Amino acid sequence: MTWDWSAVADFMPRFFEGLLVTLQALVLGALLAFALGLVWAIVLRSGPKPVRWPVAAITEFVRNTPLLVQLFFLYYVLPEWGITLSAMVTGVIGLGLHYSTYTSEVYRAGIDGVPKGQWEAATALNLSRARTWSSVILPQAIRRVAPALGNYVIAMLKDTPMIFVIGVMEMLGQARQFASETFLTVEAFTVVGIAFILIAYPASVLMRALERRLVR
Amino acid sequence: MSEISPGLWELLLKGVWITVQLTVYSAALGAAVAFGVGLARAHRLWIVRFVAGTYFEVFRGTSALILMFWIFFVLPLGFGWQLVPMWAAVLALGLTYGAYGSEVVRGAVAAVAKGQREAGIALSFTPAQQLRKIVLPQAWPEMIPPFNNLLVELLKGTALVSIMGVADIAFGASLVRNATGQSAPVYTVILLMYFVLAAVLTRGMRVLERRAKAGIGQKQPERTFPRRSRERVPVGGESR
Repeated sequence: MTWDWSAVADFMPRFFEGLLVTLQALVLGALLAFALGLVWAIVLRSGPKPVRWPVAAITEFVRNTPLLVQLFFLYYVLPEWGITLSAMVTGVIGLGLHYSTYTSEVYRAGIDGVPKGQWEAATALNLSRARTWSSVILPQAIRRVAPALGNYVIAMLKDTPMIFVIGVMEMLGQARQFASETFLTVEAFTVVGIAFILIAYPASVLMRALERRLVR
Repeated sequence: MSEISPGLWELLLKGVWITVQLTVYSAALGAAVAFGVGLARAHRLWIVRFVAGTYFEVFRGTSALILMFWIFFVLPLGFGWQLVPMWAAVLALGLTYGAYGSEVVRGAVAAVAKGQREAGIALSFTPAQQLRKIVLPQAWPEMIPPFNNLLVELLKGTALVSIMGVADIAFGASLVRNATGQSAPVYTVILLMYFVLAAVLTRGMRVLERRAKAGIGQKQPERTFPRRSRERVPVGGESR
């Protein structure tokens, strides 16, 4: 086993470039997943019936098929339909859409956990539907499911390397390029692997702590 | 779908077979790892718990794709071990999803009522007998729904091997795409293939769950349309 520290030093500038892209994709993807997931959850709960079942079918389909293939689909098929997006935007949409089908289930569990009396109280106070959702139900539901949402952000972090297949230069993409130019494969991939553990482990400890505090 | 010629269909169907094989082998390795590590995490010796816990955190912390790259490119260079692509992929998937599964095993074993083990001690069962005859039969039905989630995640994870050149469904799709010059038909077809495979797995696991519950005297209400359990958090899946 040959380990060359100077190779690690050489890789660092590119690594941080890749890390930045990974984190950007993660944050944007997570925001999209949170927003879309909430939309799916609300539609599935109280949307009009003709909308409800297509949404249920689509989320079930997206959840049960590989993100990798969905990324290829978005990247190759959307341009055929006349929608041209950059690789990064495609990656963010892919990640966000895929994970929104998971977060919608999380929201649903949170909404189901709000006691029935809260809905009745909102009706008794003559709150409008929008007001009932925004100031009574969702604040209670989201608080309860925040750690579960956080866990999906961690899961999403571990799926971000996939977007290199459509040409986004995140950490794995940088490592691959560095390895193919310098043949310092061992160092590049090991650094990226360790980086994932160093980010994911504290994050999951944080989520467990959050879970203990919020879920009572 | 007329653009996809019979020869190309054959390519895709061969890919389905590879994907099925990958899923079965990885699931077998993953199950072995899940039970080994999951039980070790509840061991009475702290050093065993520590080693198993480290394994869990490391393999859950890293991404399956990164691990796959590592096994494909770093193991041969760093240690001189070159694996056949198929088995390297099985190793990466089995080790990763085994780590997720160990959490399921640990949780289900911990959820068996304490009195059950005490009863085993009172009957002077050895620890191995307690595990085999008392704890696991009761914990097993609880494990099946989260295992089902993991199995579907694993099936989805097998698509990653196409990046490594293993000729699974997704790899076949890229060949077909190159041959036909059209993306929409082939990618729609293979998404449907994955969806059908996932539905088959879910249905199989529902049957398994009903049998397991019947085996310990619990009845499972019949459901016409099987679906994955929804409340559990699958991958990324910390303990809930």
